[in-house]
Amino acid sequence: MSNGVIAITEQSDGVFRKVTYEALSEGKRLAENLGCNLTAVVLGSGIENISDKPGKYGADKIIVVDNQALSEYMTDAYTNVITDIIKKEDPSVLIIGASSQGKDLSARLSARLNAPLAMDCIALSVKNGNIIATRPMYGGKILADMALEGKPQIVAIRPNAMNIEESAGAGNIEKLDVEVGKIDLVFVEKKLDTGKVELTEADVVVSGGRGMGGPDFSVIEKLAELLNGAVGASRSAVDEGWRPPSDQVGQTGKVVSPNLYIACGISGAIQHLAGMSSSKVIVAINKDEEAPIFSKADFGIVGDLFEYIPIITEEIKKIKS
Amino acid sequence: MEIIVLLKQVPATESFIGIANDGVSIKTEAIKWVINPYDEFAVEEALRIKEAQGGSVTIVSAGQERAAEAIRTALAMGADKGILIKDPVVDNCDALGIARILAAAIKDLQFDLIIAGQRAVDDDNFQVGTAVAEYLGIPNISLVIKEEIADGKIKCHRTVEGGTVVLEAPFPALFTTQRGLNEPRYASLPGIMKAKKKPLDIKSLSDIGIDASEIGEPKSKVLAMKLPPERKGGKIIKGDSSHSIAAELVNALHGEAKVI
Ligand SMILES: Cc1cc2nc3c(=O)[nH]c(=O)nc-3n(C[C@H](O)[C@H](O)[C@H](O)COP(=O)(O)OP(=O)(O)OC[C@H]3O[C@@H](n4cnc5c(N)ncnc54)[C@H](O)[C@@H]3O)c2cc1C
Ligand SMILES: Nc1ncnc2c1ncn2[C@@H]1O[C@H](COP(=O)(O)O)[C@@H](O)[C@H]1O
Repeated sequence: MSNGVIAITEQSDGVFRKVTYEALSEGKRLAENLGCNLTAVVLGSGIENISDKPGKYGADKIIVVDNQALSEYMTDAYTNVITDIIKKEDPSVLIIGASSQGKDLSARLSARLNAPLAMDCIALSVKNGNIIATRPMYGGKILADMALEGKPQIVAIRPNAMNIEESAGAGNIEKLDVEVGKIDLVFVEKKLDTGKVELTEADVVVSGGRGMGGPDFSVIEKLAELLNGAVGASRSAVDEGWRPPSDQVGQTGKVVSPNLYIACGISGAIQHLAGMSSSKVIVAINKDEEAPIFSKADFGIVGDLFEYIPIITEEIKKIKS
Repeated sequence: MEIIVLLKQVPATESFIGIANDGVSIKTEAIKWVINPYDEFAVEEALRIKEAQGGSVTIVSAGQERAAEAIRTALAMGADKGILIKDPVVDNCDALGIARILAAAIKDLQFDLIIAGQRAVDDDNFQVGTAVAEYLGIPNISLVIKEEIADGKIKCHRTVEGGTVVLEAPFPALFTTQRGLNEPRYASLPGIMKAKKKPLDIKSLSDIGIDASEIGEPKSKVLAMKLPPERKGGKIIKGDSSHSIAAELVNALHGEAKVI
């Protein structure tokens, strides 16, 4: 009998990240498979009004630590608090979203707890009561099935890789008072562009490459906005200074798995493909019919992006109205 | 400022990666080995800090004999000395094992700052740097695009979804790199000549005072490697006019693929 699955949630200013719902939903599926309960952990400050939400995604118990010192994510405070919870709950599995916070936290927890970690998983299954975690390596050129020996088995899941599914859990809230322990880090400030759709979580990504010819990305920005998507870029576009590094998709940029990826003026170098080839549907628009991107695209248009994108945008507007 | 850079040698990103006969590792014959791109940012940042503040830059790597070439390249960029931990045990380690080994090698060195890559582009674990910080009991800040050192502290700008967060840590501290931090320099010819005379120590586990039993068996193990489902080139949409082509695409995305 397994001791349960714990899902670590992530919220920013009182809003849960999308990947938190993915972690809860996948955590529930694992718990059902293992025949155990799902517990959600919610950390932060002033989080009263969101604490019950994990119950709608199958959490049987919700451990809430509402503490001023946890208002912003900091590796040391969060690691200390979660370690105490893990020691008390003794779960078999810890699931967490592989966001920038989740990657940092899971890596530090794994070392602190001497527990195995599979980072950035895209699929999880259960065999003989143990997790098998599938994760990309070598920029997605390989998929590896990993076995994790030890307790808890920590799995960090890639954003947008797993289905969100509502299911009723008992949702019993347990408020916990804990010491945050020794903290070295000091929070200074946070600068967020809240109006922007996050690249790694977007359902639609429209990316521009060197074929954009300059920093004016307005044609693809309009299309992205219409589809409530995010704008990405190839490394060449970033190197040219047309887009910030945070927009880069690829092996040395972000990995995205949207439902729809539209590559505009991008040739399809292997390092770019590493960041987007797990997208569900890929569209490429490129002047050069020999461009390698076409061999990975579900739909292609050979032509000038500046001619096609505005017409495509208009056609989509027609459908939407 | 005494700075340590954790550096891993990895296959160049354009390398063809194939699965070896054992099914759990990759074929290594045809691979070109390079410094992990994120560790290149780490070397560059360390050199810039040294140039501004004085001190030294030591490269620490765990790997096979060939990793010495990667360390040599970092020395040619301007680092002062290198340490390669080469031991059969290293080849069998998971991320935590490597972190234990690196932490053991580092704990006897003098250091104020450790810089690591956010991830190595081979195993893509995102773990070793952070785990080293934990084993050494020092703070870590990951995904850093800018750092400022003043008043005995380091302030780091860390990328998060949709923006940046600024955190401050006392020394000694560790941070991991993110693209945007800097543009790494190339090794110059005089740099390459000088690097030949710089110290590069090759050490075994016993040299760094750690026993294989302290590392133990890997806790995370590859059971099987497979290739991702092959994407086949789909349909190139053709038509009489750009309007009809665009309309056909939109219909396909809406009707057939149901993604808009
Ligand atoms: C270590 C390393 C890491 C890397 N990491 C990344 C990474 O993370 N992400 C990444 O993207 N790259 C990465 N690269 C770079 C990669 O190898 C390519 O150089 C890069 O992806 C090319 O960008 P691009 O497709 O925009 O430019 P190009 O290859 O120059 O392609 C531009 C394309 O635009 C087309 N075009 C031009 N004008 C138009 C127009 N008006 N309409 C339609 N099409 C047009 C052209 O036909 C061409 O195919 C990396 C390289 C290395 C060595
Ligand atoms: N064998 C190694 N030797 C030295 N540093 C390493 C090694 N493996 C990982 N690192 C460091 O840890 C970072 C993250 O690696 P990883 O956790 O493997 O993705 C790398 O960018 C390096 O800075």
